[in-house]
Amino acid sequence: MADFVQLWVFLSATPLFGLTATLLTYAAAQAVYDHFERAPWANPVLWSVVVLGSVLVATHTPYPSYFAGAQFVHVLLGPAVVALAWPLWLRRVELRKRGVALTVAALAGGTAAAGSAVAIAWALDMPGDVVRSLAPKSVTAAVAMGIAERIGGVPALSAVFAVLTGLVGALSGKYLFNLLKIDSWAVRGFALGTAAHGIGAARALQVHPDAGAYAGIALGMQAVLSSLLMPVLFGWWG
Amino acid sequence: MTALRGLAYLLLLQAAGEGLAHFFLLPFPGPVVGLVLMLPALGLAWVREPVAAAAELLLAHLSLLFIPVGVGVITHMALVSQYGVQLVLVIVLSTWIGLAVTALVLRALLRADPVKEDAHG
Repeated sequence: MADFVQLWVFLSATPLFGLTATLLTYAAAQAVYDHFERAPWANPVLWSVVVLGSVLVATHTPYPSYFAGAQFVHVLLGPAVVALAWPLWLRRVELRKRGVALTVAALAGGTAAAGSAVAIAWALDMPGDVVRSLAPKSVTAAVAMGIAERIGGVPALSAVFAVLTGLVGALSGKYLFNLLKIDSWAVRGFALGTAAHGIGAARALQVHPDAGAYAGIALGMQAVLSSLLMPVLFGWWG
Repeated sequence: MTALRGLAYLLLLQAAGEGLAHFFLLPFPGPVVGLVLMLPALGLAWVREPVAAAAELLLAHLSLLFIPVGVGVITHMALVSQYGVQLVLVIVLSTWIGLAVTALVLRALLRADPVKEDAHG
């Protein structure tokens, strides 16, 4: 037992642990997700976070020692944002034709998501830096952190809120769209990419190729629009 | 190898984006500037092929990339235990509002110009 504890202490302090644990957990969660025919509740991000978080808490492993390994996955969020240029470029003809409609919908949806988050949090009397950290939560994590930094939020907190928002969208989007009788895959995907960024887009991609493509477009547009507009709006708000 | 070259180009443009954003005090985070720079670059076949391969790989496993940040929730347990109910309320409601507004606005705007697709439930 003592040997095991020593081995654990050694392994959990090396970057090997965080990286291996992240990849293994994700692979297992993905297999479970496929087994349940990709039911929304079986979302692989949700269960990976629950399992890894529980392991860290149960073994008293500090988050920074986990992150020392997991950062090799985390760093890919940046190039993944640049990679969104690819789905945008592929659909450039369609985009030019529908550009106005998509931009208006992205602006309306992005404003509604961020505005309602700030309004509800403010009404519930939450601390100012938490309110500011909630504003960019519909934008993909890497960009949300950048925006939070500019508007007086806490980047790490915004990133967590962004992941939670993505999960809510991926888990409940289907039921909300059915309720509202939204039957176009393009519209469903675009809404998921706008309000639930990469995690919503990943879900859209697994459901239908049209939904996936429009989610990718929405994700890219939201990253550009929010990083342009949010600092200006918060500048006025003070 | 093609995808690896693509990843190098993605990182290169992200770095260029970070540099430009920092230098000209742009309001955009570096990766967003990289995205905008990448769009015209994709017109070149020697950029497009490797970037397409890398982008497809990265975007297919986009969910994986959010896990390290998501696990970070354990460092905010004090906040979660103090404001847990409020946080759930804010995040769930605002996400639903965002989804509904985007979907309803886009559906209304596209009605004049129907999308050609196999639309159903």
